[in-house]
Amino acid sequence: MGGGDSSPLWIWLRAVVEGLLGKRLLFVTGKGGVGKSTVAAALGLLAARRGMRTMLAEVAGQDRVARSLGREATGFEEVEIAPGLFHISIDPQLAFEEYLRFQLPARAMADLLASSRMFQYFTAATPGLKELLTIGKVWEISQLQRRSRGAAAYDLTIVDAPATGHGIAILRSPGTFAELARVGPIANQSRAVARTIADTRQTGVVAVAHAEEMAVSETLALRDALREDPKVPLAAVVVNAVLENRFSVRHARSIRKALGTDGTPAARAALRAALSGHARASGHREQVERLATGLGDEPVELAFVGPDRPPAGPSGRRNEGERAVFERLADALEATRLAAAA
Amino acid sequence: MNVVEMLKGKRVCICGGSGGVGKTTTAAAIAMGMAADGAKVAVVTIDPAKRLATSLGLEELGNDPRLVDPAVFKQSGMEMKGELWAMMLDPKRTFDDLIARLAPDERKRDEVLSNRIYQELSTAVAGSQEFTAIAKLYELDREGDYDLLVLDTPPSRNALDFLDAPDRLTSFFEGRALQVFLRPTGLGMRLFGRGTGVVFSILKRVTGIDLLEDLSVFFRSLGGMIEGFKERATAVNALLSDRGTTFLLVTSPEREPIEEATFFWRKLKAARMPFGGVIVNRVHHSYELGKLDVAQVASELEPELGPKLAGRVAENLGDYHMLAQRDRENISELAHRLGGEERMILVPYLSSDVHDIDGLRAVHRYLWATEEERTAMLADVVA
Repeated sequence: MGGGDSSPLWIWLRAVVEGLLGKRLLFVTGKGGVGKSTVAAALGLLAARRGMRTMLAEVAGQDRVARSLGREATGFEEVEIAPGLFHISIDPQLAFEEYLRFQLPARAMADLLASSRMFQYFTAATPGLKELLTIGKVWEISQLQRRSRGAAAYDLTIVDAPATGHGIAILRSPGTFAELARVGPIANQSRAVARTIADTRQTGVVAVAHAEEMAVSETLALRDALREDPKVPLAAVVVNAVLENRFSVRHARSIRKALGTDGTPAARAALRAALSGHARASGHREQVERLATGLGDEPVELAFVGPDRPPAGPSGRRNEGERAVFERLADALEATRLAAAA
Repeated sequence: MNVVEMLKGKRVCICGGSGGVGKTTTAAAIAMGMAADGAKVAVVTIDPAKRLATSLGLEELGNDPRLVDPAVFKQSGMEMKGELWAMMLDPKRTFDDLIARLAPDERKRDEVLSNRIYQELSTAVAGSQEFTAIAKLYELDREGDYDLLVLDTPPSRNALDFLDAPDRLTSFFEGRALQVFLRPTGLGMRLFGRGTGVVFSILKRVTGIDLLEDLSVFFRSLGGMIEGFKERATAVNALLSDRGTTFLLVTSPEREPIEEATFFWRKLKAARMPFGGVIVNRVHHSYELGKLDVAQVASELEPELGPKLAGRVAENLGDYHMLAQRDRENISELAHRLGGEERMILVPYLSSDVHDIDGLRAVHRYLWATEEERTAMLADVVA
């Protein structure tokens, strides 16, 4: 590793990562439990290290990444959580209220609307409106000319988007609403957001996967769904937590043979652990290859970094060390370290 | 404690937990095991791995369970005394069916089904999958064709969405919420007070006239179904709290899923919903934690494997022990929070992904084993 610095694969993968950092808006999605937030945070740290003013946005009122980086909940505010890295947790209702204040000629009108119960029912009951408001706010944050008073522009906005199905729904909602609403402010706004999403120079969707059957299938399905609507390609696929195989097939054979002889319990445990590690890592390799074949491109691999976080203790020590994981992954993305390329 | 004991006297088993912890395979293994023991079981899954779906004969989304050919189990050396039925839920069709059932007449039904808002957005919305899944469960339970229903809940980042779905829907369709859209100049106005006319016109200004009109039509056509929806949601809620229902939490020993399992459990308690137990998948079981001497292991293996490979094998065991240590601490933390270990089943990290009948059997063996049997079985996998 680190050895294949000039291989075509390595150069290509570097270009993928650089390409991501060259965009203005990134959506990070993927199957539940594959480490979307972790990858989003790592990309954010990497961008911030490069001196880019970077926004990491969480949706649906989440603030996991902020907490993992050791910050208390920041809420619907743009707060710097690490040098150059900002955070916001987008709440659709607050986003709508903010939008109204821009949209309506008088503050009083916006306040009247926002405080009316009918308005609250309207936002709660209209299917898809939350999704639209969320992506609308993300779009606003990513604009060079910020609408929010006193807000500065970001070089890069990274969205820790919901898992695949809902993630697709969010990306599709502007197009859907533009068509549904036809005319009026929501239609216009939706069209602008949809244009940004479709513009692959500005915007990219990053799919995060695990090297496991379901996650790989879901990634390929995500690629197909986005191709269909909103007609965008995946900007990158990141396979998280790939196990590196320490043992060759020949090694495995020797280990199996050794397991047939007598030994202390510790030695036998070591041999068993080696065999199961070999089997799992081989399985991961197969799935990465299946993914690469399905995509027609090599995905970016992030190696498994060991017991990721400290155990969920009863006291306040739960988030120590998590930042270190993000930093290490940022290192890995930076170097585009590849087990496969070695 | 094993799964059979957890499910004693139950006719509905809901497997909840965060994504990526093996919920679908656990649900399938439970359903398979209960069917093997002689029950007529239906498993409702949302999005199974293709290979698992194929091996259960689920080639496409469906709206009714289908009998899984008993021959497929025989090949894996498993005898089916009962029947396993399986379905892969099609949320869109389930939603359409529900509308059809609740609509007072065909005209109303077609009005909703052909409404653009409904078509474009009904299934894209967060929570709609959760809702359709329990709605389906409720229907199957009412039809009463099965001894046991096993539901694999939708993969959602927040597993709690699932429990909230019926309540959310009830408040969603609270008659008053819709009145304004149904009758913007009449009763609705009075309900919301004098400013409502102004509010409505401001809203119109923001949304544009077409959207608001489409929405009004959408809400209006749903209007006739509000009572039906509310009744349905109430009935579903009752099913979730029924004594014949149990929730099994599925998790892995990693921190995030453990946190979610804890939240889920607290929520179950608060809502007085029945909790059956926890299944922890992918556990790294360890040989004598904390006493490992890596150098010692390496030197012991050296004659057989040579210095280089022996070193690597020993180092690998060291890493494995770190994972095992973490797993053990996380699991005991979870047990502590849930007030004990007795309702907990640990399934080891199996060497391969579980995506076929053989894999299901491997999981099933652990779920069905007694404590002693499980301990004995672990001797083969512990490292």
